Amino acid sequence: MRLPPWLLSDRAGLVLLAVLALIGVGVPILNLWVPPDHPLHLTAYTVTLLGKYLCYALLAVAVDLVWGYMGILSLGHAAFFGLGGYCFGMYLMRQIGTRGVYGDPMLPDFMVFLNWQELPWYWHGFDLFWFAALMVLVVPGLLAFVFGWFAFRSRVSGVYLSIITQALTYALMLAFFRNEMGFGGNNGLTDFKDVLGYPIHADGTRVVLFVLSALALAGGYLACRWLVSTRMGRVLVAIRDSEDRARFLGYRVERVKALVFTFSAMLAGVAGALYVPQVGIINPGEFAPLNSIEAVIWVAVGGRGTLVGAVVGAVLVNYAKSWLTGALPEVWLFALGGLFVAVTLLLPHGLIGLLRRRREATA
Amino acid sequence: MPSRTLIRAGFLTLALALLALFGASLARAAADDEEVRATLAQLRDADFDGKTELIEKLVTLNHSRVAAILQALSDSRLYFQEDPERIVIGSGDGAEIAIEDAVSGEALGQAGKRGLDRITANNRLRSLIENRLAGLGLASADPQQRKAAVEAFLRNPDPVGAAPLRARLEVETDTGIKELLALALALADLASDDATVRAKAATALGGQMQTEIRGPLTRMAAEDSDPAAREAARIALTRTEFRLQMLGWAETLFFGLSLGSVLILAAIGLAVTFGVMGVINMAHGELMMLGAYTTWLVQQWLPVNWSLPVAVPLAFLVAALVGIAIERGIIRFLYGRPLETLLATFGVSLILQQAVRSIFSPLNRSVASPDWMSGTILLGPLEVTLNRLVIVGFCIAVFAVLWLALQRTRLGLEVRAVAQNRAMARAMGVRSARVDALTFGLGSGIAGVAGVALSQLTNVGPNLGQSYIVDSFMVVVFGGVGNLWGTLVAGLSLGVANKLLEPWSGAVLAKILVLVFLILFIQKRPRGLFPQRGRAAEV
Repeated sequence: MRLPPWLLSDRAGLVLLAVLALIGVGVPILNLWVPPDHPLHLTAYTVTLLGKYLCYALLAVAVDLVWGYMGILSLGHAAFFGLGGYCFGMYLMRQIGTRGVYGDPMLPDFMVFLNWQELPWYWHGFDLFWFAALMVLVVPGLLAFVFGWFAFRSRVSGVYLSIITQALTYALMLAFFRNEMGFGGNNGLTDFKDVLGYPIHADGTRVVLFVLSALALAGGYLACRWLVSTRMGRVLVAIRDSEDRARFLGYRVERVKALVFTFSAMLAGVAGALYVPQVGIINPGEFAPLNSIEAVIWVAVGGRGTLVGAVVGAVLVNYAKSWLTGALPEVWLFALGGLFVAVTLLLPHGLIGLLRRRREATA
Repeated sequence: MPSRTLIRAGFLTLALALLALFGASLARAAADDEEVRATLAQLRDADFDGKTELIEKLVTLNHSRVAAILQALSDSRLYFQEDPERIVIGSGDGAEIAIEDAVSGEALGQAGKRGLDRITANNRLRSLIENRLAGLGLASADPQQRKAAVEAFLRNPDPVGAAPLRARLEVETDTGIKELLALALALADLASDDATVRAKAATALGGQMQTEIRGPLTRMAAEDSDPAAREAARIALTRTEFRLQMLGWAETLFFGLSLGSVLILAAIGLAVTFGVMGVINMAHGELMMLGAYTTWLVQQWLPVNWSLPVAVPLAFLVAALVGIAIERGIIRFLYGRPLETLLATFGVSLILQQAVRSIFSPLNRSVASPDWMSGTILLGPLEVTLNRLVIVGFCIAVFAVLWLALQRTRLGLEVRAVAQNRAMARAMGVRSARVDALTFGLGSGIAGVAGVALSQLTNVGPNLGQSYIVDSFMVVVFGGVGNLWGTLVAGLSLGVANKLLEPWSGAVLAKILVLVFLILFIQKRPRGLFPQRGRAAEV
């Protein structure tokens, strides 16, 4: 089998794919077939944690695609992540059936609690897996397309765009906090029982979800890598470096931007949809502006415009977060804040940039 | 009920005050004491109807003590003493109470309650007495007391007691009291037997918002036997409703202005750093938080009433110094890279938040309001809370000072020069690095000052800044970057729009709608309401 040239020249990407393949095979073995008392055994907690990192990494790839290659600093990607999560969460809610606290066959617990009589219209169809899976792509994609189409057409760019994307996710957060929205308000959607008939807390299901996350990340990475190697990818970079020049050269800048922005939002939606069954809850806190900005810093740490860097940054920063919030909770925000400052001042090209420079220096 | 006793006590003092006036100023000779005594003597054995007649008689006697006697009767403090036989007014509690002679007012020392027989009153008598006392107060030379008397009548109208009011209306010179008298008479006329009088009275009462007037009008509109009178009452009520509605709008407008001035305060510092310098400072909210915490610290050392005048300059200084440190330490390396500036300052905001959390605890701190800022004040018919009013005024003051600083000082000139054309300004000898630091300090300092104002409205906690950052950016962008007046207009209109939507949609949805509107607005006019023109705007 011959690899296409765009992938063959991408050495870092091949390493990433190899690592993903390795953990995609290794983690299930270490979790399921290595006995629990063996030192190499991975607990279900670790598997879920790793799966979470992979979802974050996919979100970071989505952010990197628009920021690193197109120059749009989106401070609202968590909104698409959250919407994807909510869509899949709705499917999981409907799977609970009569096993909720109130045992209502149609209504989720929080609706019974709010004394609602029937399912709101937008909840219909979410008992079907294929419909929910479709919505995971459609809802974030549609929002991003509409939003992007208007924003890019009226040439909102730079910090203005950043601020209105932040306002977008902020508005969504406020909206989802409202009980009247019909998404569980403050508590969000939780208490999931099973997915496609498999119990959601079983080790086997967790491992499958983990493998799916790894596959999604690999697929998302490949899609983005392919996209940026095409002619359109070159237009993207041209837009990033000089939007006006690209426009004068005759490219329909706003169309390209809206298209790629939509694609990136769909990736974020998939990441959210895989994230929800693994952590077992989705609530409006996912829309908090801080989450979006954190995703941006993962990309910055790894190195923007590299895609691989986004994955590296997401995993490293989140690993540090898990470790620090456990060991020294006071320090975490100092560390994160310091990271923002240090990366922008000292590491404008991120860790990958640092590695590249070093290799060029030795070569 | 405490309010009721208060009113009574008020009337007692009023009545006592009247005494002195009556004694000095009445032209007519006072009725002699014996006649009063004789009337009082009958009180003891009279039934309530008899008492009513006796009260009416007492009122006509025009004796200086009548007010005090009636008040005592209403308060159940009028006693019949058996040995010696006389009517006394008691005061105090317990088995022994202080007594005084009802007619002469002479103090008679203590007396056991056993030898005293209380002269009882019922509520009908009490309201009669209140009404008649009001009639007595009408003759007072003090306009305040006359006004109180008419207001007492308004609370407790009675067609019979209207006669002295009508007499007073002829001679009254104070226009305010005249209007009040007319109202009181109209209210009394509502109970008239003549339907045309009732209708006329109802028309005169239209637009009056007191519940004492709306109640009888509503009843009349529903129940009056005469259709014309019903219609008149209905029309009068519609006028009242209209005025109430206007008042409601005015109230909403005021709330909107007050929210708008908070938004302006939060955004105006950004208008300097983002608008004039083009620097995105995501730590702006945290600089406000520092200002609020400074207020709290000042209050630990100084009495609350003095704390704010000290806190304002101190908060400015603290926030300005932190701002200058941020500019010198981070932002100056990132000029021309706005997205990186955004990220770096966001990091600063996280650090500041956590610092406050570590130093002052993650819990909210309560900042007290000084006495001169608490309570309410009447602006015409509108009752407004004083602290909101002060903040509106404070916002105007801050805006004015900032505007003057930018337009009339050397630094302001340099700031504007650097904002318009950095290279040219440098060529003219402006030290642009120094100007950058000072401008950023100015914007940050204003954020600190805004924090002082916010500490009077919301909880002071580590998350204080976060909740305002999106809003303040929205205000600046909506108004048009680099335009202080735009910020003013934008802040006010967003505040008012929010409050107008609130009753219709609820607070959270109102906020969401405003945000969505802004997002759409920026798509339509990316440069805001008042865009900067010229080449500088294209950078």
